Amino acid sequence: MKLTEAQVRYVADLANLSLSEEEIGRMVHHLGGILEHMDQLAEIDTEGVAPMTQFLAEAEDTATLREDVERPCLSNEAALENAPVSGDGYFKVPRVIER
Amino acid sequence: MTPADQSISNIRAGLLKKEFSAVELTTEALAFAERENPKTNAYLRLSPERALETAARLDKLVASGETLGPLAGVPVAVKDVILTKGLRTTCGSKILENYTPPYDATAIQRIEAAGGIIIGKTNCDEFAMGSSNENSAYGVVRNPIAPDRVPGGSSGGSAAVVAQKTAVLSLGSDTGGSIRQPASFCGVVGVTPTYGRVSRYGLTAFASSLDHIGPFARSVQDAATLLEVMAGRDPMDSTSANVPVPNFAAKLDGDIRGLRIGVPVEYMKHATGETTERINEAIETLRRMGCVVSEISLPATDYAVAAYYIICTAEASSNLARFDGARYGYRSPDSGTLSDMYRHSRGEGFGPEVKRRIMLGTYVLSHGYYDAYYVKAQKVRALVTRDFTNAFQSVDAIVAPVSPFPAFRIGEKSDDPLEMYLSDIYTITGSLAGIPCMSVPCGVTKEGLPVGLQILCDHFDEATMFRLADAFEKR
Repeated sequence: MKLTEAQVRYVADLANLSLSEEEIGRMVHHLGGILEHMDQLAEIDTEGVAPMTQFLAEAEDTATLREDVERPCLSNEAALENAPVSGDGYFKVPRVIER
Repeated sequence: MTPADQSISNIRAGLLKKEFSAVELTTEALAFAERENPKTNAYLRLSPERALETAARLDKLVASGETLGPLAGVPVAVKDVILTKGLRTTCGSKILENYTPPYDATAIQRIEAAGGIIIGKTNCDEFAMGSSNENSAYGVVRNPIAPDRVPGGSSGGSAAVVAQKTAVLSLGSDTGGSIRQPASFCGVVGVTPTYGRVSRYGLTAFASSLDHIGPFARSVQDAATLLEVMAGRDPMDSTSANVPVPNFAAKLDGDIRGLRIGVPVEYMKHATGETTERINEAIETLRRMGCVVSEISLPATDYAVAAYYIICTAEASSNLARFDGARYGYRSPDSGTLSDMYRHSRGEGFGPEVKRRIMLGTYVLSHGYYDAYYVKAQKVRALVTRDFTNAFQSVDAIVAPVSPFPAFRIGEKSDDPLEMYLSDIYTITGSLAGIPCMSVPCGVTKEGLPVGLQILCDHFDEATMFRLADAFEKR
């Protein structure tokens, strides 16, 4: 599968990534090559095979669930410690609704 | 001899005989690591305060004659994708340059509870994405065996510190080979346990269905001991398995007579020159030691790289959505609107390989391509797993190369991402199936570059894997 520049811009938009013009050019080239390799998957017969999400040890349905009780969590202070901008106990971000 | 030149059992014996205190040992280990590190850039930072505090606590235990944990006094280095409370954790990325975790990974808690000393954080490919450690925002790591070459990746720093003897043990993470491949390049033991054997709580998520924490060591015995300490159900990770953890190190009896070993034909057809020679010699050695060797077939192998890079990038694109400049990590100064904050913080904070994988993952999950790529890849994953299940009906262990070639020169392959991906062929199959696999040194090339033998076993059968590796190591 060859990728067009427009497709790369569209995917970058979906991924919330700003890319320079140079980066977009490189993505067209590299992603196209990688996707071409991935297209060989069409060759292998997977008729009747169920998709596998991950390997998990066999266990009862509820074996991994904990009791639904309160337990300590990060304090407000600790949660905000790494925030780029915070104030009044909140994360601060730019205005969400434009005026 | 340096403190970190020792084994777990030497250090324990020294502490008990009061030949040295844990504080003395840790002080020396830190000084040695600081002196040697410029040769490789394997450590991103040392953690003297935390290490010496842990060591002082341990010395009190020694003084009062209390039973010491299995890792008493042992210096352990930790890949910088594993969270350490109060100790900066960057994931090899600019976007987390100033991130200090508010909690410890479960593996870290268990190591310290067992008496281990966390002495520093190691360099790695950004968010564990890479096979050469060249994708770190903090510079390449040099292979301690051959400084003009890569240490492998993504856990390159963790492999290098153990090879360089600036740590006795280290932790890496493996998603598609990131422990086994650098272990083979640096000539040390590296173990990817069964998926779910070790809690992922506190491991920065790259591809959650494939991520593992695992040990590096200079002997199979030490690697087995470290894995045993970390393994077992953790309520903080619902995918961690509630399966009993055997005493791995106690079962290393050297008896591998009659063990049935499979050699996958699909793996041997690509391997080049000297790597193939070393692997064939290793297979001959195992035969001489009494193993019953036979050829097996894992027919889905040829499709594994494509399936793996679809699944891991899809998961990465979701997992890395959390880095948005809002709650932690880098926020671009160019954040006039919320959307600008997201786009520019990520665009400026992530490096080229991480961006490439986010783009690929977003693409394969996007409308119109989801079934053709993502669902198809998950079906191929089932076939790869079925190949192993079938194989383990007739063999106890599989042996194979780890990498098609030994450590390559820095810069040699960094221009072609596809070529780099394709070199993961032997390690990603085991990752997709979630089976335990490891690399154990099996000799060197004419130039003196280490070659690793990969051993793969059935789910939760690390005991057989370690027994085979240990016997081979003592060949």
